[in-house]
Amino acid sequence: MFYGYGGVLLTGVWQTIQLALLSLLVAVVIGLAGASAKLSRSTPLRLVATAYTTLIRGVPDLVLMLLIFYSIQIGLNQVTDALKWDQIDINPFLAGVLTIGFIYGAYFTETFRGAFISVPRGQLEAGHAFGMTGAQVFRRILFPQMMRFALPGLANNWQVILKATALVSIIGLSDLVKAATDAGKGTFNMFYFMIWLGAIYLVLTSLSNLVLNKLNKRYAVGVRGAQL
Amino acid sequence: MLSVQDIHKRYGDHEVLKGVSLEAKAGDVISIIGSSGSGKSTFLRCINFLEQPNAGKIIVGGTEVLTVPDKNGALKVQDAKQLQKIRTKLAMVFQNFNLWSHLTVIENIIEAPMHVLGLSRAEAEERARHYLEKVGLNPQVEAKYPAHMSGGQQQRVAIARALAMHPDVLLFDEPTSALDPELVGEVLKVMQKLAEEGRTMVVVTHEMGFARNISNHVMFLHQGRTEEEGAPDQVFDAPRSDRLRQFLSGSLK
Repeated sequence: MFYGYGGVLLTGVWQTIQLALLSLLVAVVIGLAGASAKLSRSTPLRLVATAYTTLIRGVPDLVLMLLIFYSIQIGLNQVTDALKWDQIDINPFLAGVLTIGFIYGAYFTETFRGAFISVPRGQLEAGHAFGMTGAQVFRRILFPQMMRFALPGLANNWQVILKATALVSIIGLSDLVKAATDAGKGTFNMFYFMIWLGAIYLVLTSLSNLVLNKLNKRYAVGVRGAQL
Repeated sequence: MLSVQDIHKRYGDHEVLKGVSLEAKAGDVISIIGSSGSGKSTFLRCINFLEQPNAGKIIVGGTEVLTVPDKNGALKVQDAKQLQKIRTKLAMVFQNFNLWSHLTVIENIIEAPMHVLGLSRAEAEERARHYLEKVGLNPQVEAKYPAHMSGGQQQRVAIARALAMHPDVLLFDEPTSALDPELVGEVLKVMQKLAEEGRTMVVVTHEMGFARNISNHVMFLHQGRTEEEGAPDQVFDAPRSDRLRQFLSGSLK
């Protein structure tokens, strides 16, 4: 069915999944930190976070990816040249994860910020009034309640991340797109493999929708559903 | 038991509390009345530092909350651990219940006893069931989420949650103001029972009849000061200040 490219495609799928999940992790961590910075009392922190989200969200992903990936390599080359060391090549997988994570961290920042301010203040006050530490209030009250408001946005962001991993093929990573184009070129059956490529992404996003719906249910406990 | 001395609180240039004090001995039930904007809720919230006072002292069971002034002139708590410990002795019941909406009734009640006081789940649940019964709730409600209960039931759960901390003092911040009129009675009845048991309570309230019946001391706040205070008979039957007289004639109709 795949003209002997089945293994290559499978490796590509696995690479894409790893890339997307690790990027998600980086983006969520940056997003939580960014949202906290935007909501903090410190003006410099707020400014840095606002500059970050404004810049990232205003420039195309592809441009950012080229910019970040190549500029890191060029910067590193200048350092190693100056120190008369051998050139250090950045691991493209790691670079891909960090770049995608850094870009989508900006979107997660906005999602989390909105979700944080949607949690009623009284919920947190009750935690403080009963002697909880700040960390306990965050972990046991703010986070689980915030997730309700964040999940629809997170689900959206996750799908975009999954699809954005396709861009890393331009920085030389053998992800799903690279595997499929290689197979297409090798067999002169580009159209056939592009159909497969699209179908595989569709399957991946649909599967993740199932997981996300489960999560949505879990975090929506205690909320009265909309009634008509 | 609880001594609150000369609390001042400013929001910007507006001084909402101009030196309010309160002394509660064990078993005292103190009602704080006054029109909205008199600072009574702010005063109560200063007691457990949900609001930072700008000046004053708070002493709970002989321990003074240690504070240092911050750069805006508010009192900052010096030792977060100490404040957390003191807060466990001052359980609060809020106007809007503030039950944690993602937790069931029983989870709401065992949350702080387990994670703040360090009780085991079994001990905490035993306490929870004991106090649910005390506030007159059917054991079947324990698996419900707050959103699926009436306001009166939610406020009674909130009282059980406060009691489960075994606090020295119960602070009530307008506990019936958010309730439908027909649900007010069930909450007041629970509070009356607690008062009769000899619990130390500080209650900010608009329910004059209730304040008169259960408290042994009433404070009338007006524009950030204690305009008049004393035994309920004296405050309600023989008010000395014009403002209190005006307030009572307005609210006792």
